[in-house]
Amino acid sequence: MTAPALSDTPPTSKSWWKKNQQRLAPWLFLAPGIFMFAVYVIIPIFQSISLSFYAWDGLGTKEWVGAANYVELMDDDAFYTSLKNNVLWLVLYMLAIPAGLFVALFLNQTVRGIRIYKSLFFFPFVISQVVVGLVFAWFYDPTNGLMNIILGWFGAGPIAVLADEDYVTYGIIAAGLWPQTAYCMILYLTGLNAVDPEQIEAARLDNAKGAKLLWYVILPQLRPATFIAVVVTVIGALRSFDLISIMTDGGPWGSSRVLAFYMYEQAFSEYGFRMGYGAAIAVVLFLIMMIYITGFLWKMYRDETGR
Amino acid sequence: MFPKPIEQTSTTAQWLYKIALPIALVIWLLPLIAVAMTSVRSAGDITAGNYWGWPTSFNFWANYSGIFEATPIGQYILNSFKVTIPTVIGAVAISCMTGFALAVYKFKGNLLIFFMFVAGNFVPFQILMVPVRDLTLDLGMYNTWYGLALFHIAFQAGFCTLFMRNFIRAMPFELIEAARVEGVSEIRIFWFVVLPLMKPAIAALSVLIFTFIWNDYFWATVLTQGAENQPITAGLYSLNGQWVAAWHLVSAGSIVAALPPVLMFFLMQRHFIAGLTLGAVK
Repeated sequence: MTAPALSDTPPTSKSWWKKNQQRLAPWLFLAPGIFMFAVYVIIPIFQSISLSFYAWDGLGTKEWVGAANYVELMDDDAFYTSLKNNVLWLVLYMLAIPAGLFVALFLNQTVRGIRIYKSLFFFPFVISQVVVGLVFAWFYDPTNGLMNIILGWFGAGPIAVLADEDYVTYGIIAAGLWPQTAYCMILYLTGLNAVDPEQIEAARLDNAKGAKLLWYVILPQLRPATFIAVVVTVIGALRSFDLISIMTDGGPWGSSRVLAFYMYEQAFSEYGFRMGYGAAIAVVLFLIMMIYITGFLWKMYRDETGR
Repeated sequence: MFPKPIEQTSTTAQWLYKIALPIALVIWLLPLIAVAMTSVRSAGDITAGNYWGWPTSFNFWANYSGIFEATPIGQYILNSFKVTIPTVIGAVAISCMTGFALAVYKFKGNLLIFFMFVAGNFVPFQILMVPVRDLTLDLGMYNTWYGLALFHIAFQAGFCTLFMRNFIRAMPFELIEAARVEGVSEIRIFWFVVLPLMKPAIAALSVLIFTFIWNDYFWATVLTQGAENQPITAGLYSLNGQWVAAWHLVSAGSIVAALPPVLMFFLMQRHFIAGLTLGAVK
């Protein structure tokens, strides 16, 4: 502690600053953070919303078109493909939660070297999605990819996962599930560490075990971990962009697009810079995300005021 | 403990578990192991389709020095550091202050400002993309490391504030009150009382932010272009286009790109996990 350094400020001579510092100090501390956040996050959200009512190529003058961008979206097949894929992502990405729990239960032991195992299992989350995407693109490669070699052992024909409209989104989601499962696993391992051992003992004395013990005793205690896992998985699913850009660039024929990717494509692509239309797509994505954010904030609000 | 500790089960079960562990690990990491193996293969192996078998020769040095000589990967790595390090310092510094303000003081709008940071942290990047790109262009910072770093600092301030605020909240408040009674100014309380106690939080956030920013791909493609200024994630993508089917080089590049965050994780594991699981235990 640095106690001696503190006491050399004499409490005499109350200047204006001395009297008001408790009221002013928080704003001084907040100023740089609020300024940066406002400039780069808060104001841009409103700019994007307003931009979605204009037609703009990024250079020339903006032209007010009212709701035309949104009307066009309602008739845009690519928009519905993206929306449908977003729903697929949302639903299938949730598999990371039970999968993470399963791996965590498997690793929650105290044998020698288990800590190294735990950290190696976490590995996929630490590396970039760009690397994950490259690795899986190779894994799916129809001529030499490991998946097709293994399929070959069972006499199943090669499947060009990333070139097939029907499989492509599932293939990318599977790649995304790999790091996401690792993340959920770590959340659950931490949660399992904090589970009350006495309750488990008591339940065991009552002859509860296996799945029943898990369902009635362990899972309720893991609720905080599950909550965080759901939040990060939903956000991760709605943010999916990197893997799609790396693995397929939205193809084949746009069939693996999601809203996040389609927006990028409309705003900065060879099809022309349709900033306003892109902004309208982003607003739709934002509104979907807001449902979850509001729920999260509502829970935080209850926790904060409930003290 | 759940599940039942393996020491309390039969010897057979213990053996099965000890065998299952490495097998599960190898399957789990199979894609990465394959990449590591391929990064030392020869070009001959690749053309012969020997992607998954044992490498016929180990070309560790040739492949890894090859990518540094034949491609700007060194520049990409340097760019990544140039963006990542200032971002870590900036975001952590800002959030120490915002977190302190939101945790320690009661004032109107406290929760509102806190929620603004939390909500902003979850927003989809696409809603920020066009305005942030324009702003960066207008400021003359498009395609510079500091243009990218400034955005990252601002955006990460959201998550970091959430983290720091909750951390400071859990500290004993009596320390601050005692200092106030002594007449210590608020700024000195922050600097001499609170900041020294925040070291574990600062360590945790630094590794986390380092990894997040190092692995960022989206903003790297939106705010920079070309080997001069792009970080390694974006660089790897463009190199992948040039190296079509030269998988030994792609693999070596991927390993190089993944190395700094992986090293960071192994050195600071405890902090890293403490940061990620914030709120997962209550």
